[in-house]
Amino acid sequence: MTVHHSPISSPPQRGASESGSTILLLDQLRKSYHVGTTELQVLRGIDLAVESGEHIAIMGPSGSGKSTLLNILGCLDRPTQGRYILGGDDVSQLEDDELSLIRGARIGFIFQSFNLIEQLNIVENIEVPMYYQGWHERESIERAKELAAMVGLGHRIKHHPSELSGGERQRVAIARALSNDPLILLADEPTGNLDSENGAAILKLLLSLHDQGKTLIVVTHDLSVAKRAEKIVHILDGRVKEITVN
Amino acid sequence: MSVSLFRLKRTFTLGLKSLWMHRLRSTLTTLGIVFGVSSVIAMLAIGEGASKHAREQIERLGSRNIIIKSVAPPEDPENTSTGQGMRQYGLTYADAERFRNSVAEVEVIVPVRRLTQRAWYRTRKITAEVIGTVPWYPEMAPIHLEMGRFLSGTDASYRQAVCVVDTGVVEELFRFDDALNQDIKVAGDFYRIVGIVSSQNANAAAASVNADTPAPQDRGGANAGRIYIPLTTAKDRFGEISVQFGGGSGPNVEKVELQEIVVKVARDESVLPMKEILETLLKRFHAKTDYQIVVPLELLREAERTKMIFNIVLGSIAAISLLVGGIGIMNIMLATVSERTREIGIRRALGARKKDIITQFLSETLLLTLAGGVLGILLGLAIPLLVTRFGHMPTVIKSGSLILAFGISAGVGLTFGIYPAYRAANMDPIESLRHE
Ligand SMILES: Nc1ncnc2c1ncn2[C@@H]1O[C@H](COP(=O)(O)OP(=O)(O)O)[C@@H](O)[C@H]1O
Ligand SMILES: [Mg+2]
Repeated sequence: MTVHHSPISSPPQRGASESGSTILLLDQLRKSYHVGTTELQVLRGIDLAVESGEHIAIMGPSGSGKSTLLNILGCLDRPTQGRYILGGDDVSQLEDDELSLIRGARIGFIFQSFNLIEQLNIVENIEVPMYYQGWHERESIERAKELAAMVGLGHRIKHHPSELSGGERQRVAIARALSNDPLILLADEPTGNLDSENGAAILKLLLSLHDQGKTLIVVTHDLSVAKRAEKIVHILDGRVKEITVN
Repeated sequence: MSVSLFRLKRTFTLGLKSLWMHRLRSTLTTLGIVFGVSSVIAMLAIGEGASKHAREQIERLGSRNIIIKSVAPPEDPENTSTGQGMRQYGLTYADAERFRNSVAEVEVIVPVRRLTQRAWYRTRKITAEVIGTVPWYPEMAPIHLEMGRFLSGTDASYRQAVCVVDTGVVEELFRFDDALNQDIKVAGDFYRIVGIVSSQNANAAAASVNADTPAPQDRGGANAGRIYIPLTTAKDRFGEISVQFGGGSGPNVEKVELQEIVVKVARDESVLPMKEILETLLKRFHAKTDYQIVVPLELLREAERTKMIFNIVLGSIAAISLLVGGIGIMNIMLATVSERTREIGIRRALGARKKDIITQFLSETLLLTLAGGVLGILLGLAIPLLVTRFGHMPTVIKSGSLILAFGISAGVGLTFGIYPAYRAANMDPIESLRHE
């Protein structure tokens, strides 16, 4: 088991160092569900390549398959057909345990509803992904504190999620997503539960991460959020309808 | 290795935290384990106490001894109709004589007469058990000579007014004086104390065998001690037979020559055959069964039976408590898992493998049952104390039973924790994340 040491001051930005290389590749990706006797095709052959350091927005009407796609990108789910290459490895048909480790190491999730663990304080929440990657407690606490400070919550590390505002919770979630220095950050409507002011602040934080070289994939309904991305991938009925470059 | 130890520590800390959050629920949940574990400990302590008691009794009574006691025979309907009110029964000097003459393999035969009498020294007075016996009495009884000597052949031949007293008598009558060579008065006659003996174990003061039907002389449990006098002297002073008034109903008079004859054989293996022989002999000369044969070795079997009954009763209580407790714990853990579905989804999304989730919930269940085990051990230590104190039963707590109790708690935790943990680990992470 690898133990990562990545001080924030000099992040070994895997994406940034090899900017321009493809870190995520979808090849005729299909996903279908069996509902009763009928087969429901949700993703119908998606091709997509994401370069390291890119910022991509995914848009599409409700039910078009955005969440399904994001789940597969985040290694929470496996495609029915097609290939998914993440960081050079084919992860489309990995076993559950391998998928868990990959997801902890290479993916940073940011959810619409924050998904913090209520009984853990800020530092402990940020530590969770590092814990499952086998970090030593001393080091993971250290890094969690640094990350908390980086998202502007260094003075509240002992607080619990219930004591935080929505914007603050999302900051903790972002810090947590960064803890294992993932290949990509996946955000599903990251500003969807926030008022415009907090939403703007969170967007600013995400953009600054992108500026530091992070690869960012954001699912959003909000055109103003999507406009800040370099590319917008429009999904319709489980297919990529078009890709617009901002 | 050190990493996984860390993780274990963190997992347990986390478990403690979430149990602490629901402390009332956690406490109630462990009650089954608490009772189960405490019954196990109590069961083992009582059982162990019973067999230790039996072993001590055997040691005290002598494993090679056969004790024949006089016992009042069942009332003869004809006899009572005559209403004589005088009954003679029990062992006789002739019996002792017959044993001596007709049975080989016998090492020692000790006839014993027991009487309860007042004893005086100056102004102090006690009630003591007077034992009329032979000089070789110590060969079969675990008494230890502290001072002076035991009764001698000369004492017996010349029917001397001498006695040997035990430390109980000394303590009561001679608190400040030297007892040896003093004269004490027993039922009107003076006896010179020639020796002082102590019993080899503490319980021996009440050393008469606890048979189902105690001989009348056994009633006086409040005897301060024992006074040994030559059997010959006892015959002289107290007559050929002891007369005991009142058998409960009416003015009955009971006459008994010898209260006890102890036969000691040379080898353990001869005990049971010898018992048969003595029984045949007694049957031939006694019309009624006015005697009882006690074989200390058989007491052990009796103790084992008591122990087994306790084991069955308490073992059932333990098994049921543990089963019910285990199911309760499983139930609570299933509820916990479903309450924390979302947390499980989050952890899975952040890289937890199935086995990480299993570890998390299993260790929580283990903590719960081990906490129950600790409480159970405390209660289990208290029960034997109470049993000994108020039930007057000996109990022995062995360290092995504590280890067993811990093992049982852990076993229950693992058995009933695995299913909830498995359920938690196999929840679909995507579904779990959607869960509200
Ligand atoms: N587990 C599932 N079983 C059956 N159908 C599903 C499942 N998950 C999603 N779907 C269906 O797939 C379609 C796409 O859903 P989703 O990816 O959530 O769309 P979006 O996020 O774009 O709104 C929907 O019609 C939805 O009902
Ligand atoms: Mg959706």
